[in-house]
Amino acid sequence: MTASFSLGWLPRAIILGLIAFAVFGPLANLAIWAFAEAWFFPSKLPSQWGFRFWEVVFRPTGRAMEALNVSVWIALLTVAVSLIVSIPAGLALARGRLPWRALIMLAFLLPQAFPSLPVYINVARIFYEFGLNGTVAGVVLVHTLHGLVFAVWITTAAFASVDKELEQAARNLGASGLRTFFTVTLPLAAPGIVASAIFVFLESLDEFTGSYFVGAPEIQTLPLTMFLASMGGNYQISSITALILLVPSIGFMLIVERFLKADVMAKIGN
Amino acid sequence: MNQSRGLSLLLVTPALIVVLALFVYPLGYSLISAFTDRAGAFSLENFDKAFELYLTDTIFTVVIIGVSTALIAAVSIAIGGYLTLGENKTAVAILAWLYRWPLFVPFIVAAQCMRTFLAKNGLMNNSLVSLGLMDVASTQSFLDWRGIIVTFVWKQAPFVTLMVAGAMASLDRSTIDAARNLGASRLRILAEIVVPQIRGTLMVGLILSFVTMMSVLSVPIMVSGGSPTMMTVDMAYRINSHGDYGVANALGFMSYLLTGAAAYFYLRQSVRDRSA
Repeated sequence: MTASFSLGWLPRAIILGLIAFAVFGPLANLAIWAFAEAWFFPSKLPSQWGFRFWEVVFRPTGRAMEALNVSVWIALLTVAVSLIVSIPAGLALARGRLPWRALIMLAFLLPQAFPSLPVYINVARIFYEFGLNGTVAGVVLVHTLHGLVFAVWITTAAFASVDKELEQAARNLGASGLRTFFTVTLPLAAPGIVASAIFVFLESLDEFTGSYFVGAPEIQTLPLTMFLASMGGNYQISSITALILLVPSIGFMLIVERFLKADVMAKIGN
Repeated sequence: MNQSRGLSLLLVTPALIVVLALFVYPLGYSLISAFTDRAGAFSLENFDKAFELYLTDTIFTVVIIGVSTALIAAVSIAIGGYLTLGENKTAVAILAWLYRWPLFVPFIVAAQCMRTFLAKNGLMNNSLVSLGLMDVASTQSFLDWRGIIVTFVWKQAPFVTLMVAGAMASLDRSTIDAARNLGASRLRILAEIVVPQIRGTLMVGLILSFVTMMSVLSVPIMVSGGSPTMMTVDMAYRINSHGDYGVANALGFMSYLLTGAAAYFYLRQSVRDRSA
């Protein structure tokens, strides 16, 4: 280690330290609240630490556990519905001879180009007429719309990045179109499809606005429970609930690159 | 695998139905509702009322989201630029590891984090006081418009950075290396060679962020309780407290117009990319 090495590192270390504080500071504050049993102004840290509020949240009869259960079910159903419609759509958009392809791609871009909140308000009003308001099905449908845009984009990109020559080789060896799809195209596109499934799952798990208008108060998802706890001034409960929501998100961030390869990323939106 | 046109259309139909039923139809519904009075006749009274009650909030919304978008652009270019042009491999690796943490943090969790972090007695002020950079008397709460901007930038900058850094990484290195050999500074290479080439990606990222921020309800409610507030909060209030869909949809229409300009650039960009 030379002297210039350590000198050169000083400004770099300060800047990286500041960025680290900006990134992790808010998360650290959340973690502190999750373990704070007593924290009164103006002390800088809680006067009493502990797991008392964790016991409240994780109590089997607790509202948060019930909400987690509801949220996970809604997310799984949303993934199922999204994949069922987006895999065929992605295949057609990537490989098919689709008339008005640009127009159809535009239709899948549209929900991203408009603010969703005013649309959700009217979805809730329409669902009310069909008795879908305050039902799991209603929330799943809203989340599906939200996730579908990403699902279609990512699956289209995943199919587009599959080498056509491999499919051609399978066809030349006598495989049928359907067999080629299931033995060549689908397995090769699988990492991208898994990525889109995880993405849709997380989007559904974390979704707040649509659930707020369509689901509440009958359907209490985890984000809605967290919101109510926070607005009620119960920072411990809301921070613990927030940490539960963070676990899958951070987990996905750590593994996302394994599924979303650069060649798929480069084809998104094409 | 070549499919016939009919099969392709059949495959894409279910997804299209979802978009038509759950997006296009409610969107049309909101437009009609915005332009009709309670009797169902064409009228602009919803807009009169929306302007009268919420003009300040509309301006507030535009300023907050405009400033946030500008800051997100600056942060993403700075981080992406360092990741691409940085000479110290360790620092680049640390930064690449650091910046993306907020990426998948849900907005509502980000709002809860900031609600505590930016408070008068939050971790930010406490740390500054403990380091001796500030005294207790001069601490103030950032839980107002500034808090909303901080939350938006914290949450969205990593997303745009991810796109921008990806685009920068796939640039042709030879022009960059040539400029470097000719003695150009890294700042100049970033401004004159790198950024012009990734402008399309940057724009798409910023517009997606813009639209996302226009739809967030939790952050303005949880980070800044008071007035003025953002249009999303006003829309929720009109519905929940008054059942007033007319004014809520008029506000919704105004937010479509605001993002419409952004969407125009976005679509033009993607159409141009496709024809290129």
